[in-house]
Amino acid sequence: MPANYSIEDLKYWEDQIQEKVDYFGLNCFPQEYEICDHNDMLGYMAYSGMPAHYPHWSYGKSFEKLKTMYDYGVSGLPYEMVINSNPCLAYLMRDNTLCLQVMTMAHVMGHNDFFANNFTFSHTHPELTLEKFKAQAVRVRNYIEDPSIGLERVENFLDSAHALMFNCNRNFAIKKRGEADARAQLSRELSGRTDLSDEEINKRLNRTPIEPDEDILLFIRDNQPLLAEWQRDLLTIVHYSASYFVPQIETKIINEGWASFWHRTIMNAMEVPNDIMLEFFAHHNRVVAPHPGSLNPYYLGVAIWDNILFQEMGIDPASEKEYITPSLEALETLYSIRESERDTSFIRRFLSEDLMRSMDIFEYEQKGDKQVIKHVSDEQHWQDVKDMLIKNIGVNSMPVIRIMDGDYEGHRTLYLEHEFEGRELRLEEAEKTLEHLQSLWCHEVMLETMLERKPVCLAHDGEKFEIKKLGTKQSTPKKKETAET
Amino acid sequence: MSTIFRDYSHGDALRSDRSASDRQRHRKKIRSSLQENIADVIAEESIIGQNREKVIKVPIRGIKEYRFVYGDNSGGAAQGDGESQPGQVVGQDGQPGDQPGPAGDQPGVDFYETDITLSELIDIMFEDLELPELERKNLKDITTDSASRRRGYRSVGVKVHLDKRRSVRQKVRRKVALQRIAEGQESLANIDDDSFPFRKEDLRYRRRVPTERPSSNAAIVCIMDTSGSMDSMKKYLARSFFFMLYQFVRTKYENVEIAFIAHHTQGKEVTEEEFFHKGESGGTMISSGYKKALEVIHDRYHPEMWNVYAFHCSDGDNLSFDNPIAVQAAEELCDLCNLFGYGEIKPASSYYPGSTMLDVFDEIARDNFKALSMKSKEDIWPVFREFMSSEKSIETH
Repeated sequence: MPANYSIEDLKYWEDQIQEKVDYFGLNCFPQEYEICDHNDMLGYMAYSGMPAHYPHWSYGKSFEKLKTMYDYGVSGLPYEMVINSNPCLAYLMRDNTLCLQVMTMAHVMGHNDFFANNFTFSHTHPELTLEKFKAQAVRVRNYIEDPSIGLERVENFLDSAHALMFNCNRNFAIKKRGEADARAQLSRELSGRTDLSDEEINKRLNRTPIEPDEDILLFIRDNQPLLAEWQRDLLTIVHYSASYFVPQIETKIINEGWASFWHRTIMNAMEVPNDIMLEFFAHHNRVVAPHPGSLNPYYLGVAIWDNILFQEMGIDPASEKEYITPSLEALETLYSIRESERDTSFIRRFLSEDLMRSMDIFEYEQKGDKQVIKHVSDEQHWQDVKDMLIKNIGVNSMPVIRIMDGDYEGHRTLYLEHEFEGRELRLEEAEKTLEHLQSLWCHEVMLETMLERKPVCLAHDGEKFEIKKLGTKQSTPKKKETAET
Repeated sequence: MSTIFRDYSHGDALRSDRSASDRQRHRKKIRSSLQENIADVIAEESIIGQNREKVIKVPIRGIKEYRFVYGDNSGGAAQGDGESQPGQVVGQDGQPGDQPGPAGDQPGVDFYETDITLSELIDIMFEDLELPELERKNLKDITTDSASRRRGYRSVGVKVHLDKRRSVRQKVRRKVALQRIAEGQESLANIDDDSFPFRKEDLRYRRRVPTERPSSNAAIVCIMDTSGSMDSMKKYLARSFFFMLYQFVRTKYENVEIAFIAHHTQGKEVTEEEFFHKGESGGTMISSGYKKALEVIHDRYHPEMWNVYAFHCSDGDNLSFDNPIAVQAAEELCDLCNLFGYGEIKPASSYYPGSTMLDVFDEIARDNFKALSMKSKEDIWPVFREFMSSEKSIETH
């Protein structure tokens, strides 16, 4: 083994880290470490870290991509990977030096604590994660081996399901209300309306979904009668996967910031030999270095956490102290923030104007083939820049698309609406994704959106893709409605 | 509650190539997607006249994983170096690494292109054709008349190759040597010729080595009308076709030679460069090209030693008195060639129904002759297919 440590060393340091974790009051799941080599790591990365995962060619593709990038030195491998599970599972790279392993283990404690306490993860049942992924893998393999289904059909169905997996309810803290409740409320709202005929009100009350639905896969599972049982199960599996990973996408900055904050705090609090400490500073500075031209989530996250800590401890952040040991009282505030925030709210609440200016965050726009700075974080514009930043993090960078009607015009057409907030969909992707949606729904699908600043309806009926101008499109159903009344 | 460490063990690492089957599925998908697009890729200009190691970027459709994503014009936020000013250019498309914005978690942003060498591409294209081996001349025919050449001598061999002269010389040498040694010694002094027999080591045999001849030879004779009426588009189509023919034949034969014959009213042999780039003017006599081709074949590519493929591209404008002569020459070519084809290039815009050779060539009833028409670059592939399919049908005879 080329490494300069033994398992005994790791155990020794783990004890030291644990001591500090207890002292500072982090509240972690039990921890498990697995030492792996770069090939294992690439494999884990390709399958989102899961020790067992259902097969699909796209994971082969992602493995090849990662491996190519690694082989050509385009990107290195992470020092670790942490799974949101209970006990918390983390992979450590075998080739890390002792210093890196210690730093990484301290870092993992931060993630572990975050997974265990942040509300965004509360629905993910971490104690079942590994078993669930494993059971799903077994089910998918069984479908593949079933001669009446087979690899081809499973794979094609998964292709379509994957295309829509992130078109799901993003905020798991908001509970979906039951259909009866929704109908009751809609009926209350509509009863006061005098401009609508009874027939129209009735129609709206009997529409499926009763209110716009973001969970496209689940809607199809529950409302498409032609699906076989295995197909419904695949939809459930893919949806589960998305709902498991969305919280991680939503908390990238706050979570990485938290873990980096903690590896630094723990390393500083322990008695560490000088040579290891020096090596640590070098690694740490690299991890949280600013990346001009983009935005390093580690850097942004730890900067915001530091800022909060400074305020809590009454220290002027401009005094630029090298490092401060957090007081336990100040940490109380930090703990409550790590419980209740995710990236969007974390940045909205705690990324201050000063901080933005000192980090030189700017907003850019596309001009021709160039990206040009539109605003910098000055007095007039820092709010705009911040809004732009928030618009582009995590799930906010994915369009919100809702199902409006599962039986549009009585033809079983699936009618969807893109919640337009200034950004248009890329047409090529929209076309292909609609094709996938159509293959799941088996009837025509329509998506209302904006194209070149004009409202349009993208439609796919299984044979061809069409872009219909909405001026005519919208008027048709309305005319029909009035004709009926 | 104590932390568990699972140490690295080498055995595990050997077992755990978990992504192997998913990788294989992915590669299969790439290949089949290429197969679907092969016609488009082949019709692209860039591959003609390129060497086989050239790497081509092929956009892969169907391997990309599609999702609803925002377009490129949506802008974003990023961090500067501390000196950012409004109006400053911070990035340009097509320069990876310079793309601002936190892109880490955005799914679906996945441009997919694959690199492939020309030779892989061609393999795929021929796989798609599902053509059988083209070795119509079985190897026996070539090797029966094989000659061997003398190359040196050796001390073992069969009687018929015994070289008497060298063997005697060898014996004389030995005798002289022995006599020198014997000069001082009485007992051996009188060695005479009669009592000095050949020994085995004196014998010399001629060494014969078989001539190194490739087991299969093929010659491609490209004939093209370079008269004034052949414009660049027509030449381009012809070129694509010849290119494919050449590449195709190359996959099947070890030794492939190619001859270019340009003709207008006179046929002459030219280099590849001249063939495609030189414009001639004047009328057209197709028979002149065929006659030149026959000459070249007789001179260099005798059908007993070569599998000859000839193909002629023209726009069908021929001086009418030449037609019967051309038909006759074409039949002669059929006798000598594995396959002979005529491709009439008539872009839809310039179609004169009156002047076509397709009708004229109708009277040639040979299995190994095909007269085909190409209108646009999309036709190249089907036409090539059809041309090659006649080879297939001959083979099943």
